Order: sequence, then C-alpha cells, then structure tokens
Amino acid sequence: MTLTAEGREKLAAIFPPERLFFDLADRLSCSYDASFGDYLPEAVAQPQSAEEISRTLFLANEIRLPVCPRGAATSLSGGPLPVKGGLVLDLSQMRSRLEIDRENMLAIVSPGVITADIQREAAAAGLFYPPDPSSAHVSTIGGNLLENSGGPRGLKYGTTKEYVIGMEAVAPTGEIFRTGGRTVKNVTGYDLTRLLAGSEGTLAVVTEATLRLIPQPAARRTLLASFDRLHDSGRAITGILGAGILPAAMELMDNACIRAVEAYEACGLPAEAAAVVIIEVDGHPRAVEDEIHRCAELCREAGAGMARVAADDNERDAIWRARKMISPAITRMGPTKISEDATVPRSRIPEMMERLVAIREKYRLNLVVFGHAGDGNLHPNIITDKRNGEEMRRAEDAVGEIFQAALELGGTLSGEHGIGLMKAPYMEKELGTAGLAMMRKIKDAWDPHNILNPGKIFPEPGQTRIRLTG
Amino acid sequence: MKAPAPDDPTGFTNPAAALFRDAHEGANRCIQCGYCLPVCPTYGSMGRETQSPRGRINLVKAAAEKRIDIAGDMARPLDLCLGCRACETACPVGVPYGEIFEAARNATAAATPGTPGPGHRLETLLLRHLFPHPARLRATGNLVWLAQVLGLRRLAFRTGLPEKLFPALAALGKVAPETDSPRRRPTPGSVFPARGKRRARVAFFQGCVMDALMHRINRLSIELLREAGCEVVIPVGQTCCGALHSHRGMRAEAIALARRNMAAFETTGADVFVSNAGGCGARLHETDHLFAGDPDREPRARRFARKWRDLSSVLDELGPLPLRRECTETVTYQDSCHLRHVQNVSDPPRRLLRAVAGDRYREMRGAADCCASGGIYNLLHFDESMKILDPKMHAARDSGATVIVTTNPGCHLQMRLGIDRAGLGDRVRAVHLAEILAECVWDNDHLRG
Repeated sequence: MTLTAEGREKLAAIFPPERLFFDLADRLSCSYDASFGDYLPEAVAQPQSAEEISRTLFLANEIRLPVCPRGAATSLSGGPLPVKGGLVLDLSQMRSRLEIDRENMLAIVSPGVITADIQREAAAAGLFYPPDPSSAHVSTIGGNLLENSGGPRGLKYGTTKEYVIGMEAVAPTGEIFRTGGRTVKNVTGYDLTRLLAGSEGTLAVVTEATLRLIPQPAARRTLLASFDRLHDSGRAITGILGAGILPAAMELMDNACIRAVEAYEACGLPAEAAAVVIIEVDGHPRAVEDEIHRCAELCREAGAGMARVAADDNERDAIWRARKMISPAITRMGPTKISEDATVPRSRIPEMMERLVAIREKYRLNLVVFGHAGDGNLHPNIITDKRNGEEMRRAEDAVGEIFQAALELGGTLSGEHGIGLMKAPYMEKELGTAGLAMMRKIKDAWDPHNILNPGKIFPEPGQTRIRLTG
Repeated sequence: MKAPAPDDPTGFTNPAAALFRDAHEGANRCIQCGYCLPVCPTYGSMGRETQSPRGRINLVKAAAEKRIDIAGDMARPLDLCLGCRACETACPVGVPYGEIFEAARNATAAATPGTPGPGHRLETLLLRHLFPHPARLRATGNLVWLAQVLGLRRLAFRTGLPEKLFPALAALGKVAPETDSPRRRPTPGSVFPARGKRRARVAFFQGCVMDALMHRINRLSIELLREAGCEVVIPVGQTCCGALHSHRGMRAEAIALARRNMAAFETTGADVFVSNAGGCGARLHETDHLFAGDPDREPRARRFARKWRDLSSVLDELGPLPLRRECTETVTYQDSCHLRHVQNVSDPPRRLLRAVAGDRYREMRGAADCCASGGIYNLLHFDESMKILDPKMHAARDSGATVIVTTNPGCHLQMRLGIDRAGLGDRVRAVHLAEILAECVWDNDHLRG
C-alpha cells in the first residue's frame, strides 16, 4: 500500500470528490484493459486540465505514488494497467477540445477525444485523418498517441506518429511543456514529439495534441484474391509493391481464419483457399481504376485462383465485412484470445507464415493468422481459455517462439500494439544490452523516481519469459 | 463453487453461488474490448467505467467469484443501469448482458433482504400490489384523475412514499396523457373480425399500464390490425408481462406472471401474439430465459416466446394500410431500446412512418440512443434520467419534427416529459405509432366515435 490517508487527503486537495474515487467498484473498473491481468489501483482520478495533472505528478514524486494514464483501456498490451498499484489517471473525460483548422490542415485535440470523432470532423471539412486502429470508435487519441497506434492504412499512410506534430504534455516530475508546433516542418532541437509518440505513458502525460490532416482521396477500389498456396499470396503482395503500386491496404487471412469467418457468418469466402488477400487502392479516380486492375493481374500472375474487383460500394462493403468479422468469429471459438502483432520485413512474410504454421502444430494450439500483410504486420491469434492452465502454458511457449521467429527474420516484437507487459522480457533480444540501456537512461533521466506507468516496456530483473497465468 | 440447493432456485440463501451459476459463464465471455462504451447511455452521462457495460460485467464477475461484495460494491452500479441493452447489439462476441443484468438484480434482491433502498416502497407498491392486478390497475385509471384533482403530494403522503420521489412523480404526473373513457376499453374475451379478407388470427396483449392508462392506443392498435386483415382476439386472464419485475430482481414474480400469460395466450389458437409495447414484447419474446434449465417448461416457453411480434412488424408485413388522409406534420421516431436491441425491430416503424409522412419523416440524431425512461428508472433515478433526456430533446428540436413517435409506453411518457422540460409543448407532441397511423387511416370523427 503506497497511498496513505495523508496521500488521499492531498489528492482530495487537487480533485473534487466527483472526479476522485477510492471505492472498490470504481477502482476495480480501472484494473483491466483489453489484454491480460487485473491490477487493482488504490485510487482513480479524472483530470480536466494540465494543471491538475501537474499537481498530481508533483505530489506523486513527493509521496512516491505510481501514476498510470488511461484512455478507453482498449490496449492489447497492458498499457494502462496499474501493475504497481497507485493512482489511475483516467483521461477519457478530458475531451473539451476538438478543433479543425482547415486552412492549416490541422486538428487540435484534447487527449480524451475519441479517434473516430477526429476522423469524422476532419471528413466534414474535406480532410482526412488516416490512422485507423480497429478500436477507433472507442479508443482515445491520447491512448493512440502514447501507443503509436496503426491499423490497415499504415502501409500507405503510416501510423499515429506520422500525424502528430505538436503536443502539450506533463513530465513525470510535474512540469508542463510543449513539443513541436503547428508547422509540418520543424527541426528545432530534439524531436520530443516523436519520442513521446509510442512511449506507452512512461515519459509524459499528453494533455493536448496538434495533428496533421491530409486531403481526402477522391476515389477507392477494392479487390479480393484467393490463393491455394500461402506462399503465392506472399509473392502477390511483394509483386504488387515491386510494381510501384502503393495500396491503401493489403489484408491477409489464412485458411483457419477464413473457415472461422465462414462458420460464423457466410461472407462468400472460398473455404478451401490457403489464404485470401484484400487489396484497396485510393487516389485519383483514373489512377485508381488503372491500379486496381493491375493489382488483379499481378495476383493472377502470382497464382491466385480468383481475383475479383468490387464493382460498386455494395461489393466493396461485402469484402470489408468479411475482414471485420474476423475478430468476432475467432473469439466465438474460445473465451481467451491472445492477439500478437509481431512484424517482419515484407519480403519475409511467406517465411513467417510458414513458421507460424509450424508453431501451431508443435504446440497443438488453435492459432489463426490475419493481418496487415503489406507492411509485414501479421496478427497471429491464439484462441484458448485462460482457465485451462496447461493450455495456457503451451500458449506462453508458443508466444515466445513467435517473438523469436519475428526477430530471427529481421522483424520486431510489436508493429502496433506496444510492448507493455507481455513482451517486455524480449526487449533485450531485439535491442541488445546497449540499445535497451539507452532507452532506460531516457526513462531514468525523465522519471527519476519511476512513478509514471512503472512496470511497462522494461523487463523486471530476471524476467526472461512471458507469463499469462498468475 | 457449490451449486445452490434445488429448493433455492432464486438464490436467496446463497446469492453469490446463484450469481455464479446464472451469470459467470456469460460474463466470462467479455473480452474487455470496450466496443460497448460508446453506445452506453449511462457511460455517456456519468463518464465512469463503473457505469459502463464493460465495468458492470466485470463487477458481476468479481461478485460471482466473491472478490467483491454484492450489496456493498456491485449493487449500486447495476442499479444505475437502464437495462436498454444497446451494449448487446454493439458487442462483437455476443455477451448476454440481459441475462447478466437480471442475475445481478436477483442477487442484489437476495443479498439485501429487509434493507429497502431508495424508492423501494414505490417499487413494492407498483410491482407487487399494482401491475400484476388488472382490476386494481384499472381502478388506478380513475385514481390518476383523482390524483390530479387532489394533488399528487397528498396522495404520495398517504401512500408513504419517500419525499425524494415527489419531483419525479409530480413531473411525470403532469405530463401523463389524458385517459380515454373506461367504456371504450377493449374487453378481454372479445374477438374482432378482420376487415376484408382474413389473413391471420392474432392474439393481442393489452399490457398493464397500457390497459389502465393508455387503452386508447390499444383500441387503435386493434383497429389497425383489423384493417390489415387480422382477426384479433383479446385473451382472457392475461396480465402484466413482468419485465419490470425481472429488471428489479423479482424473479419469482416474473415467473408467476409468465405462467399466467402462457396459459392465457396458448388457448387462443392464434397464429401470432402481438404486443404494441417494445418493453413488454421483449420480455415475452424472451420468456424461455425465465425457464432456462427446466426440462419441462423451457420447450413450451420457447414455443410461446417465438410467437411474439411487435405491432409495427405485423402492420409492415401485412400492409400497406389504406391511407385516407395525408400527414402534414414533420415526424421523427425515437427507438424503443427493447424493440430495437432485444426484438431487432428498427426498420418497420420507420417504413410505416415514411409511408404516411413521405419526406416529412426526419431521422433524429441519436434516435437509437435510450431516452432513459427505463421502465421506472426515471422515477427511481430522476436526476440521472434527466441528464440523458435533456440532450435528446436538443436533437429532437434540431430535427424540426413536430411529432415524436414512440413504440413503448415508457418512452412515450418520457418524450412527453422531455417536450415539457424543453418548453416545446406548444409545438411538439409525442404519440404512439398506432396513433399517428390511425390519424392517417381514419378521420378524427372515427377516432372519437
């Protein structure tokens, strides 16, 4: 217990009672996210200003209170979990500002604003905010920034960090500071904006962000291709990218995934195919028309049994519907879903797919694969039941082997979900001792008492493998 | 976890075990993705995870696992849930929130015997002594008039209701619609022949509050069904649907009411059973859930449950209605949550309204979001309810509609209250779907005559 009665009183001097909770029910409600584990915080506060957060962090340093920022808690890596107890800073209600600056093509937003609301407001002004994590209608922009969220459009448009050009933030020691600005070009000093994007809430609490918007693409076309051999789907993807076409999305589903979707809701996918690929191109109508048919040709050349271009919006929606059904379809197969996002250079996708098949067989697990194949960001998902301890241990071993495979193929532990808790033990394998130590030096310098979101990114001493069970 | 004793089906001796049995498997299906948060009306108005579906499901799970206390920790957040079930429609993995919610309410009732919470007396008065008794409830039709004459405050005082309920009762009493003459109430046992060719034989559900206070809407619904080619039977012995009892943790009472309704409707030989109240229809549509695990009664309850249809889908399917008058007002529709999320009926009322209003039908922003009537939620949690209702009235005003159409008595009253609070009483009216359709099928003289 780090929070004493005196500490509670000091928090009560910062927050009014309707925004500060000590009740068990309220604390339990901030003990989880969409990943694993429950960690009960000692208090929950809902700040409304940078000043309140600043005072909280000054206090936290004084009384050594762990503080964990939290958005909508849709994290798949444990980002907001209060693993060391302490205070959860629930930023979901800090959402007063959502301004579109049409002239400068910018959005200025509070951290608790829902990502999809930014997309909607931008579209209303004829502009486009591309990052589209599948939880965009729930997740907050603050969470997206700190986790550097991606989504299918990452291939062409990049992830959240490509769109944030300025921030107001509170340092772990309580100082309020600004990074970047309102200009697309800005080389004044260290790029702290980029440092904070993806810092998983360990270096600062973001209190406002300036986002870059781009013009809406005028047209888009979509195709669905099926392959009898997994390897051919990989060749089609590299073939299209090699031909100088940069699609807005290239999504892949393996056979286990196709069958899960078809069993859940018939979407017209070929149940026998080893893989299907969805490709979407966007841009000028004439370029799009040309490119989508060229993509279909390249798929056929790589061995696609079928490559069908959607004739209209209805057909396009039907194709994307199949993609959206993946998540519900596979979670119906078991109550626990371990969703990974190990990413490899795209030329290694076929090999990675083969390694995943081997892992599935070795550990006798229900493992399905889908993902953003164009950028090498695959989502191997293990469907299991966390109440089955024996199977969970096999799942732990399999996850470890997935990480190992990605690293051996020149890839990375996480393409878009973040390191959080589960992947922390593998950090040194990817970064090396010196690489990890450089990161730790930053953390130590910014947060000398380790009060901001402790227990994330960096492995605990002696921690070398993941643990999913208690 | 020990199973509850067979003679303790409602879990009064071991509420946590009963909660585990009834809700744990369902709650465990939640993957905590949070997709339910944006559609939850109380998460929107209160802004706390504790008041969201994901939060509540997690609390029920923790209570079933005995990690938290049912009465001390779980009860209050569950009590503040409207039970609109919009979260079920949003859930990608099919968590049965309705079942979890009712199990939690049962557990709360069992864990807190003799410690009435706020509004408990009102709840007892309405749910135990009024709604299940058609004769008493009909007398209440006159009592409402009496209350208006004598003043609600005195009535409330005489019935021993707590002071804090006065504003809620007064507000709702003020906007209660005028009741029709009792002479015109459809009588149980009547059979109304179809007009023109008979296309179906339907049994009509009168409801409790609908029958006592809004029986004019029942009469118009029956006339519309006849116009669409239905022979309409009014089963004898029917009673309250028990929805509010289920929501308030009175499982035994809900089961008793369901058995009376099953007996009343099964003997009619009707092809379908029709309800014109979204909330009642939803309860009847899920009657089998009350008998889950009972090998004798569950199959029969399932057959009964599958026969239920909402008035709007029957009229939509058998239509078009013979329209004799043009609707000249601008019309919008407020979804009934239980019609939309439990019965999956959202297009038929809109199609019927477009048929009468054409392009004067306007979709209101957030029409699918709960109005926070929530059965008697607006009486028990008046302030919380108004925090959700008032923004909805801004959307209603922005739609430009002069008629707000509903398909459930609770929503109907709540819309009348919202119109009054927004100061729109001189321009905007709230009606049941049957009323506006009837206005376009017959001239006003027919409605009065």
